[in-house]
Amino acid sequence: MTDNMTELETLVYERPDTLTEVNTHYCPGCTHGVAHRLIAEVLEEMGLREKTIGVASVGCSVFAYNYFNTDFVQAPHGRAPAMATGIKRTLPDHTVFTYQGDGDLASIGAAEITHAAARGENITVIFINNTNYGMTGGQMAPTTLPGQKTTTSVNGRDVESQGYPIRVAEFLGNLDGSSYVVRRALHDPKNIRLAKKAIRTAFEVQQRGLGFSMVELLSICPTNWGMKPTEALQWLADKMVTYYPLGDYKVNPAVAEIKL
Amino acid sequence: MTRELMKGNEAVAEAAIRAGVTAYFGYPITPQTELLEYMSRRMPELGRAFVQAESEPAAINMVYGAACTGRRVMTSSSSPGVSLMMEGISYIAGTELPAVIVDVMRGGPGLGNIAPAQGDYNQIVHGGGHGDYHAIVLAPATVQESVDLTVLAFDLAEKYRSVVVVLTDGSIGQMMEPCEMPPYQELKTKFPEWATTGAEGRDRRVLTSINLDPAAQEDTNFRLMYRWQEIEANEIRVKQYYMDDAKIAVVGFGSSGRLALSAVRAARAEGIPVGLIRPITLSPFPRQVIHEAAKKMDSLLVVETNAGQMLEDVMLAGENQCPVEFYGRMGGVVPYPDEVLDEIKRVAKGNLDTQGHPRDRWLKRMQRNK
Repeated sequence: MTDNMTELETLVYERPDTLTEVNTHYCPGCTHGVAHRLIAEVLEEMGLREKTIGVASVGCSVFAYNYFNTDFVQAPHGRAPAMATGIKRTLPDHTVFTYQGDGDLASIGAAEITHAAARGENITVIFINNTNYGMTGGQMAPTTLPGQKTTTSVNGRDVESQGYPIRVAEFLGNLDGSSYVVRRALHDPKNIRLAKKAIRTAFEVQQRGLGFSMVELLSICPTNWGMKPTEALQWLADKMVTYYPLGDYKVNPAVAEIKL
Repeated sequence: MTRELMKGNEAVAEAAIRAGVTAYFGYPITPQTELLEYMSRRMPELGRAFVQAESEPAAINMVYGAACTGRRVMTSSSSPGVSLMMEGISYIAGTELPAVIVDVMRGGPGLGNIAPAQGDYNQIVHGGGHGDYHAIVLAPATVQESVDLTVLAFDLAEKYRSVVVVLTDGSIGQMMEPCEMPPYQELKTKFPEWATTGAEGRDRRVLTSINLDPAAQEDTNFRLMYRWQEIEANEIRVKQYYMDDAKIAVVGFGSSGRLALSAVRAARAEGIPVGLIRPITLSPFPRQVIHEAAKKMDSLLVVETNAGQMLEDVMLAGENQCPVEFYGRMGGVVPYPDEVLDEIKRVAKGNLDTQGHPRDRWLKRMQRNK
């Protein structure tokens, strides 16, 4: 940066090379874009772009592979941790991560995520929790809050007949096989910065061969929630964080030694 | 090379290892489990990947992931487990990846039992998974053939970026026979130009089976179908026995073909001009061989341990050029060669009632036998 322009302007924000230059297909206000960017920044800062294979899931983020300038594969619904296992066991020196929504991970893929964590599979999972099935138009997910309205719980989720939400980070953090399991949120700059730090830690865990890492990211779905993006962010802060407390649910001693 | 006495399932596992399988993922199910157990010992000792998956869907999706890296990968299971793998098989086919699947068939439907049967023919040969795809299906009748076809399966899978199924059953998987193992192949060090191995010094690669644009999906489907035509043109394999002067041809695959051969030999000893056609590739199906046989024979007798699943393909290929008869046992019941011999004798007498479907005539005969 030696030309004259930089004396007048300092570049403080640019697209990481790890993100491709394409227009987003996500809805206005959706936090998938934020999550994508945080992952891309972390991979770039760690110099992992050329060593990474991402695993997209089924849901709105089925097209995650369009945005990352890394090798990518796309898994059947819920099976991303199994595919990631197959890749990681075959290419143990590579970085493998899955990017999964709550319908994918907590419902149809509950077995795959549980056993990947139990095996201590050395992969990183980015778990987007927006309390509904986004791609199919906002149906009830395992993470839908009690009383929350969706297209399959039009009067609000009735826990008597439709059961209770699953707190995934708490559940997976309880398994002996998991090394780093935390919950963060994407509703304001401070939390986004904390989310990035957690994502960095998760990839550091994998780099050091310390085993299974997952970052759950509380996210918004303004379109299916029927809210403006700003209202949705507020709803996340008010309702979701209450039910899904932010925090660290598993930090193995070896992980705690990682200083960022 | 010396021959050693090996159990079918273990022989298949060792053959895969020698063919350079880099990653194996499986789940316990009888009568396949020895294959999984053998791999659990051998793969780690060779520094290769082995995972006992939490389920068959997980196992096939581990195969899917590992196949994306361009390595030789496989799984094995038995009928109900293979049903559970159908999702992943369709995805692997849709993504055009090589993968080898061993199905050690057992009695069904449902949980059925653990005795040998051939009830998976339809789900393996005619799809099972959703969408337009074909798997190459190889049907061994002996332990040696299981070994040889397992090695071939890896070659064909890579050559055509295809799913290849070695379709065996509880009898061949569980029996011990002398067999000669293939030589060790070096593990691959060069990987195909489509493999997702990290975008180091090259453009990124994406492997997916999604095509939201119907026209793009149709392009994929056409590509798969043209490739399948190539496979049909080049890869049909069939074994024929005593067919030179035969007037009756028994058609059977795998263990049924093998036990039918005993019956054919016994019939020959009694002077009946009967031969055997044993398809090795069930898919692609040896249509032309069956068609030509139907032209020359007085009749065809299809023998299977199912309710006549391959029978339909034989009838299609035979094009009514001669009567087709069927004899089968189901649910894990394996016929004695004598039962097949009786059928050969009945067919050899001629004057066959050819009204209706061969399966209906068989069912009628079976009821009468009760």
